[in-house]
Amino acid sequence: MTLVYVEHQDGRPDDVSLQAIALARGLAGGDPLDALVAGPGAAEAAASLGAHGVARVHLADHESLAGHAPVALGRCIAELIERLSPAAVIAAGSERGNEVMAHAAAITELPLAANCIAAEPGDPLTVTRVRWGGSLLEEARVHGRVKLLTVMPHTVEAAETGGGPAEVERFTPALSDADLIVRVVERVVEETGGGVSLADAKFVVSCGRGAGSPEGFAPAEELAALLGGAVGCSRAVTIAGWRSHTDQVGQTGTKIAPEVYLACGISGATQHMAGCKGAKRIIAVNIDPEAPIIANADYAVIGDLHDVIPAITAELRKAGTG
Amino acid sequence: MNILVCAKRVPMTGGTIVLTPDEQAIETRHLGFTISPHEECGVEEAVRLIEAQGGESAVLTLGPAEAEEQLRDAMALGIDRAILLQTDEEYDGQATAAAIVDSIQAEREAGVEYDLIFFGNESADSGNYQVGIRVAHALGWPCVTGVKGVTVAGGRARLEQEAASGRDVYDVPLPAVVTVKEGLNLPRYPSVPGRLRAKRKPLDTRTPSRREAGVEKLRLKLPPGQGKQAEMLGHGPEAAPAVVEVLRRAGLVA
Ligand SMILES: Cc1cc2nc3c(=O)[nH]c(=O)nc-3n(C[C@H](O)[C@H](O)[C@H](O)COP(=O)(O)OP(=O)(O)OC[C@H]3O[C@@H](n4cnc5c(N)ncnc54)[C@H](O)[C@@H]3O)c2cc1C
Ligand SMILES: Nc1ncnc2c1ncn2[C@@H]1O[C@H](COP(=O)(O)O)[C@@H](O)[C@H]1O
Repeated sequence: MTLVYVEHQDGRPDDVSLQAIALARGLAGGDPLDALVAGPGAAEAAASLGAHGVARVHLADHESLAGHAPVALGRCIAELIERLSPAAVIAAGSERGNEVMAHAAAITELPLAANCIAAEPGDPLTVTRVRWGGSLLEEARVHGRVKLLTVMPHTVEAAETGGGPAEVERFTPALSDADLIVRVVERVVEETGGGVSLADAKFVVSCGRGAGSPEGFAPAEELAALLGGAVGCSRAVTIAGWRSHTDQVGQTGTKIAPEVYLACGISGATQHMAGCKGAKRIIAVNIDPEAPIIANADYAVIGDLHDVIPAITAELRKAGTG
Repeated sequence: MNILVCAKRVPMTGGTIVLTPDEQAIETRHLGFTISPHEECGVEEAVRLIEAQGGESAVLTLGPAEAEEQLRDAMALGIDRAILLQTDEEYDGQATAAAIVDSIQAEREAGVEYDLIFFGNESADSGNYQVGIRVAHALGWPCVTGVKGVTVAGGRARLEQEAASGRDVYDVPLPAVVTVKEGLNLPRYPSVPGRLRAKRKPLDTRTPSRREAGVEKLRLKLPPGQGKQAEMLGHGPEAAPAVVEVLRRAGLVA
């Protein structure tokens, strides 16, 4: 049996967890697939997993799992490992998927391979996993009596198998007070200001060091507003204090997936590109035709961003946009 | 208060990654080195907390002798002392955590007790997403990950994490492990006097013992789709109509 830890939002399984199920299904061959769900809406989430090939869902029933409690969730996985001896436990390589699996790995003292994009059955298991936020791949063997892995989001496609409803088994995990010290005690809701978020925007225009100053972003702001998009930036900009880190695209910033990414005055360091791999089309604007980003973009404009961005805005206005 | 920051020396890869012929490592002959931006924020947060509340800070790295450079950099920003667990071997997440725990326990026997240990949320290169969490379990301490806000008072830490529509807040007793993300603060630049002082701050070099890798690296490879040549849309403002055409084909413009 292979166990998948499934995250969900109020009963709707996360896409990234369905992707983890897809990788698990491939790895399990014909072996049964079990899932673990917890928290408010777990029963609804469980009901939808049969369609993805899950035979049995373990529903962790505990009042303390209402808010995020990563140690407790790791403990639930550890308990199922002891009770059911799965061949592997797999979760999404989301922030919380990786966190919960690391707790499970620490409790059981098992190895954990984070952010895999492929796995070949066997003992040891062979995986391909992501390094440097996606700029480099590693082939590795995963040892241990139970193989723990997480699946890099958006690298494996989720698929329905047309399976019938999964059997649901409720269980009450044995949690101690110590397991519940780390839990969300408060959620502070912040006003987003109404604009589209960087992560969700269909159009993103970023500027890098080439913008020259905080004021250098005004044309990008105008263009983003015109297209209902968002403004991003490189790390050179955030460490200079020109923009807030919330605008940073990259390995240690936000991962974006727009239809078009207009990257202006950005050299194209691997750590920046790791954040925009999800973009359908990348247009680079750079004064230097040798800039590395040119070899990673779909389209290029050679020129000064201070001239090119306003010209694009003017052209759109001429064409009747905005 | 006594704070430890764990940081890892990694190459600054620039625009393209080149592998060594044996595919075991990144070719670093022409590269500089640094630590992850997450860890830089851990260093800055430790320095600020000690400045505000008093106490001592230390930075630890497991890596080659050359990693002294990253330790001195952290001390130039205000960290008081450094620990180098010196090795040329690669450690997986589990082995790294075990070596760090050994070091913390050895220090404890010598009378050094930490209140807070900062890690990066994930290392820049291997991204195992686990070392801090494993260390916390071995010590029996709470661990909060992905932290972008730290307040320490009355023997507790209030920790904030970015969430979908705001922030999730945790409140844990010290001692605790906190893994942090870039954006927690804006790290300062080192000053010239800071660099000079760093040269004389204590650096304790030890030899760690390496447990066998549970995640055993076989080889590295570059992801597909490298080095495409962009289609040239033109030079300067004259390229604007061609850019708008791309936006139109993408369905962003009617
Ligand atoms: C572990 C790690 C994580 C990192 N994470 C991130 C991250 O999340 N995001 C990120 O962005 N970086 C990240 N970095 C930093 C990254 O390596 C680069 O240093 C950074 O992306 C460089 O920013 P830049 O392209 O704006 O600046 P530069 O590299 O200085 O490039 C500026 C570019 O602008 C061009 N230019 C200059 N003037 C103009 C003009 N007037 N018009 C048009 N073009 C012009 C130049 O030709 C050049 O190509 C990380 C680094 C490390 C080591
Ligand atoms: N070799 C190392 N030396 C010091 N700290 C490390 C090392 N490897 C990992 N860490 C710490 O553990 C964090 C998480 O690493 P990882 O689990 O590899 O993603 C990093 O951000 C560092 O703070």
